[in-house]
Amino acid sequence: MIPARVAAIGLLWLVLLTMPFWINAIGGYTELASRVVVMGLGAMALNFLLGYTGTLSFGHAAYFGLGAYGVGMTLKYLVPSTALGMLIGVLVGTLAAALIGALIVRLRGVYFAMVTIAFGQVFYFISFRWNRVTGGDDGLTGWRRLPLELGALRLDIQASDVAFYYLVLGCFAASVAAMALLLRSPFGRTLLAIRENERRARFLGIAVERHLWLAFVISCAFASLAGTLYALLNNFTDPRALRWDMSGNFVIMAVLGGMRSFWGPLLGAAVFVVLQDYVSSHTENWMSVVGLIFVLVVLFFPRGLLGLLRARNSA
Amino acid sequence: MLQLILFNVFNGLIVGAFYALMALGLSLIVNLSGVINFAHGGFLALGAYLAYSLMPLVGFWGALVVAPLLTAGLGILIERVLIRRVYGRDPLYSLLLTFGLAYILEDVARYIWGPQSLPYPIPGVLTRPLSTQFFFLTGYRLFMVALVALVVAGLFVVLGRTRLGMRIRAGTMDLETVSALGVNVRVLRNLNFGLGIYLAGLAGVLAAGLLGLQPTIGTSLIMPSFVAIIVGGLGSLPGTLLGGLLIGVASGLATVFMPSASEAIIYVMMGLVLLLRPRGLLGEEGRLK
Repeated sequence: MIPARVAAIGLLWLVLLTMPFWINAIGGYTELASRVVVMGLGAMALNFLLGYTGTLSFGHAAYFGLGAYGVGMTLKYLVPSTALGMLIGVLVGTLAAALIGALIVRLRGVYFAMVTIAFGQVFYFISFRWNRVTGGDDGLTGWRRLPLELGALRLDIQASDVAFYYLVLGCFAASVAAMALLLRSPFGRTLLAIRENERRARFLGIAVERHLWLAFVISCAFASLAGTLYALLNNFTDPRALRWDMSGNFVIMAVLGGMRSFWGPLLGAAVFVVLQDYVSSHTENWMSVVGLIFVLVVLFFPRGLLGLLRARNSA
Repeated sequence: MLQLILFNVFNGLIVGAFYALMALGLSLIVNLSGVINFAHGGFLALGAYLAYSLMPLVGFWGALVVAPLLTAGLGILIERVLIRRVYGRDPLYSLLLTFGLAYILEDVARYIWGPQSLPYPIPGVLTRPLSTQFFFLTGYRLFMVALVALVVAGLFVVLGRTRLGMRIRAGTMDLETVSALGVNVRVLRNLNFGLGIYLAGLAGVLAAGLLGLQPTIGTSLIMPSFVAIIVGGLGSLPGTLLGGLLIGVASGLATVFMPSASEAIIYVMMGLVLLLRPRGLLGEEGRLK
């Protein structure tokens, strides 16, 4: 059983590492590849919370968007440094998550979801209304990602889409490794215990609220990292990056791929992003199609694509 | 200044009445069935557009009566076909399902009636201002407030005095026992869903007269409705009503002093309530789950 798993993960990395070289041949483009990886990171970040603590946040777009605005505004107003911009983006998103997380960790189930949705809207309205600074509805323009320079090393992510793809993939790999390590640590095991039986975990002396808060903050930190990459990818960000429909997209990606598996959300993101790209260029009624995907996933694939594969294997 | 404040408080009260109508419907459904109906805004828009199409046939007053009923009928149908399937499952699935429905309903409205905004004519009797000093007191606004008050009073009578209402309230407490006592829980949830959607449809017709028609009319009202439920207290219908009116007035007042914060203020209120009184203003203890 173990070699099969290792082979699958090896194949996955091979696909990710070589994607810029064949995606054009099958009708895609390099930016699409970057978008798949960025959204995959966002969905895996959400699933760190959803899949491993069972807590549903329907407001992750807020932190994703804060990351996006963080990097965009840093580059536009403060310093011409992509790396520093990303750092600030992630810090802003994480800080907001730490504050809001503290308010909501006592809620559970539908109410937790409802409050996360509602809080997500605060940042939407701020970005929408604070015209002078954020550009309002038209989005934040007038800035570009700049080449990365680390001593003698120079990565020209501005001119080369492929170089930018590898920056995205590097961030993705580091984040995914960090999440995997966290989930294997005693901390990660404790999260599973809370997911399976919160009352029992509490009786064992586990500080449930503190663990959930920390899981929420970590999850949002990676979501804001994905947000910074998303803004850099587009050289642009607008309030739609942090609206509720973006949050819903992350959730559907996680569920579509399989939220009880570590890699599932990446698969879900790939399917969703490619499908959305295809549908929105072929019909004006893309909303119906996306809505239909939501309905069909809930009715027929509640355990996701990887869950389906796994069920077939064990049967 | 006083006039400006009065104007905005009154405006806030009207907006709050919308929030309350929406939020009461959402609350009914979430309390009995554990489903957050994200598509509530879509049903609201549908109610508004149905009234628009019916008006040439049955007139303003006819549309006001018929359109919400038709919307409720559609809600009952959708509950039977789709929403019923996710009862008892992780709330994740009901959220995703109704989220998808919200997308579809908005797109359907856009497809049938077009993306542009349409005017919704109201009869002349209601449009005349009643006072020159308080010019904002048009008949339509007063009529709306009165009608919402009447409907909400009616709702509380239905819940408090009829057999159906009694069963809904009992089911909110303990659905299993209600079922064991011989009540058909499937029918009960179905009717309860229809009742919630009726309120959304009615809010839609009234909102159309005030704001005109756009496919996104519902989505802009649903988030504040969530806030109204949380501020008012989970599981408490009077709380939801109070929450809706409170945040409406608060955002009206914010319009006077800091217009750009008129939307954000309600979320600040929600944060304060969660910080100081997590169960909400009138919420019962131990209903956070």
